[in-house]
Amino acid sequence: MTQDPGTPMTKSGYFADLHNWLINEDFTSTKQARLHKAYVAWLSLLANPLAFAGFAVIIALIVIAALAPALTVYDPYSQDLTMALKAPSASHWFGTDEFGRDVYTRVVYGARTTLYISILVTVIVAPIGFVIGASAGYLGGWIDVVLMRITDIFLSFPSLVLALAFSAALGPGIENAVIAIALTIWPPIARLARAETLTFRHADFVVAAELQGARMGRILLRHIVPLCAPSIIVRLTLNMSSIILTAAGLGFLGLGAQPPMAEWGAMAAAGRKYLLDAWWLTTIPGLAILVVSLAFNLFGDGLRDILDPRNA
Amino acid sequence: MTMIKVDHLAVSYGQGDSLVRVVNDVSFEVSEGETFGLVGESGCGKSTVLGALAGRNRQWTGSIRIDGETIGQKRSISQLAKQQMVFQDPFGSIHPRHTIGRTLLEPLEIHGKDNRQERVEKALKDVGLPLNFRYRFPHQLSGGQRQRVAIARALILEPRILLLDEPTSALDVSIQAEILNLLKDLRDREKLTYILVSHDLAVVAHLCDRVAIMQNGGFVEIATKAQLLAGTVAHPYTRVLMDGSRGYVASKRPVGVAAS
Amino acid sequence: MLKPPENILTVQNMSVEFPTLSGVVTAVRNVSFSVGREKVGIIGESGSGKSTVGRSIMRLQPPQAIVKADRLQFEDINLLTAPEEQMLSVRGRRISMILQDPKYSLNPVMTVGEQISETVILHERVSRKEARQRTLAMLERVNIRDPQRVFDLYPHEVSGGMGQRIMISMMLIASPSLIIADEPTSALDVTVRQQVLSILDDLVTERNLGLIFISHDLNLVRSFCDRVIIMYAGRVVETIAAADLDDAQHPYTRGLLNALPSLDHPRDRLEVLRRDPAWLEN
Repeated sequence: MTQDPGTPMTKSGYFADLHNWLINEDFTSTKQARLHKAYVAWLSLLANPLAFAGFAVIIALIVIAALAPALTVYDPYSQDLTMALKAPSASHWFGTDEFGRDVYTRVVYGARTTLYISILVTVIVAPIGFVIGASAGYLGGWIDVVLMRITDIFLSFPSLVLALAFSAALGPGIENAVIAIALTIWPPIARLARAETLTFRHADFVVAAELQGARMGRILLRHIVPLCAPSIIVRLTLNMSSIILTAAGLGFLGLGAQPPMAEWGAMAAAGRKYLLDAWWLTTIPGLAILVVSLAFNLFGDGLRDILDPRNA
Repeated sequence: MTMIKVDHLAVSYGQGDSLVRVVNDVSFEVSEGETFGLVGESGCGKSTVLGALAGRNRQWTGSIRIDGETIGQKRSISQLAKQQMVFQDPFGSIHPRHTIGRTLLEPLEIHGKDNRQERVEKALKDVGLPLNFRYRFPHQLSGGQRQRVAIARALILEPRILLLDEPTSALDVSIQAEILNLLKDLRDREKLTYILVSHDLAVVAHLCDRVAIMQNGGFVEIATKAQLLAGTVAHPYTRVLMDGSRGYVASKRPVGVAAS
Repeated sequence: MLKPPENILTVQNMSVEFPTLSGVVTAVRNVSFSVGREKVGIIGESGSGKSTVGRSIMRLQPPQAIVKADRLQFEDINLLTAPEEQMLSVRGRRISMILQDPKYSLNPVMTVGEQISETVILHERVSRKEARQRTLAMLERVNIRDPQRVFDLYPHEVSGGMGQRIMISMMLIASPSLIIADEPTSALDVTVRQQVLSILDDLVTERNLGLIFISHDLNLVRSFCDRVIIMYAGRVVETIAAADLDDAQHPYTRGLLNALPSLDHPRDRLEVLRRDPAWLEN
């Protein structure tokens, strides 16, 4: 087999063998075929520095969220008014807030909130969007019309306003914020799933499966999902930043996470009263939001190139 | 024994004002082990007839009997297994993200067959592909190899009839020869009945015992292989198609300069 | 075989290479041929490099491709060194290209008549009115019955055969001396193909042009062209007069001929081409 000159050929022993085994296309098992695909995707991620940077930030975010207690010495909730509004220093890297809580600790714990919201929203939105969009695309006719008009209704509201309305109606709180954000995120996913389904609806391999007696559920799960998945994953990754921003926005407006919970948007909102005296209160959570949203966008962009079925 | 009997078949698309009748009153019979060809230019309805036989087009009237059973608009799972289709485009007819093994397992799962691994191996062997191809993805295969996979997928349900929709027109000449030979071997070994749709009379005459020449949704004539080879066809349109498969015929003025 | 009296195009030792991640891929290797006022067919299977040859002559190869040749002479122009500005006046005006599917070669938002007139105005600087007259005459020349009506049609409103005739008229209106036709009839039905080819045949003879006819269809090239160049894996394996194709020497050519099902020489089994690695030695 030909070797890719860009990959480290000089590695000796186990790693070279592993590399050769992974890059070899003469598969001897399904597992090898899958690992090969993952390895090739990994190599192309390495070849795209921006996407890799995004990926690294996301991994860092996950690690920070998971190890938050180990990375901090202060308690994110314990107040100490004698220490209020201290500027960044060696003992308080990012300073303290108006209740004397360490901003660094709260930003680290805020990563948990951010991840919690974005993962929960994604887990809710992906299946709903896919099922609605793919059913509309596959079945067509009046089912398509009804489902897509419902989608249009949701799409026609500005998403932040819709999320605001829902969380105002459901009451403040992080779970309600998740539901409110999910309600605004699913329509574009459904549209995308429908469009992708329509392109493959009459492909010969789908017709072949139908002529062999495959039912709708099987065709959607086995045949349409693997083809729609890349673009939906890319879209969800790119959506992450808007989920984070909407969550922060809701937090900022007091409708998302409630005090004393550490949430970046709420932290920035709380800090704006002291913007002139204590710039770090708004700047640090703001930067965290910026870096993480940017990372998701860069990674999503790179993922689009890696997962593009036309590259397969 | 008659394997396929089609009487007064008419197929249409659309409904209401946009109703288009594509096939008009077509009748034919194909016996077991026979290969029946459908030839014509694009839009003549040859693929539509095949689609109706496969169960792809449901908007038809008339009667279709397959293996002694009258076929309705909706088919039972065992009726679907009786005939399988091979498509024209080997790049579009196999799922791009399934391994070959997955593609071949799919029909076995739908029909709840046992001994799946053995069946997959047998199907690959039947079409002359190495067994480790089951772990490959379609993009690692050439057009000819993909068409072999498509034939293997059609054969894995042990059908009595193969419906071949231009199975070699997207392939190079040398690959076409391999696939045509393979189809011939499989037919003789498995006692299969074929219906072959093609625009190339030479391909049809090579594989078929009888050929229906179609124009505007109807048959203009049904010719035997012997008639085609001897050139004793009745209809002038058949003659036009025969000339077409031989290449270019300089019209009107004679060309005597080619061999200077 | 007689050497054609006057060469329009001479290609000597042309190679086309594509740098890829896994090294350089040579699509065309040391190809030499010449074209006079005749119909030359280039035949080969997919991946044989036949289309790359046509595109490289027009200098329309992809930007990363590297074209090397000892000589690439078209009439008085050295195609290897000619500046891009000169190539602009060569393409379309002196060498024309007809592609497989007219749907992709015609601009979908302009009427076909406008597009053909555009070619005339661009290359000959005549008035719009005169260009229209020339266009109508040319459309009539390619056996379009109602040129006035067809002039105002959009590409999606014409059939495949009509589209290809429109392409031919567009390519020939600037009176080129060489036409490169890449699979011009593969998308057409048998009867339409006959018409399109006979128009092309008449025009090539009448205007005394050179034609490079790239195709995968052996029977078609054999019956349409004067000479046939057979390509395999980027190399020319044989050049032979079309009438003598049955006496071809190279095992690849023979293999292709024997792999072809034929109404005139029916066979129970088709011969399967055995690819000999020795064919790749050059």
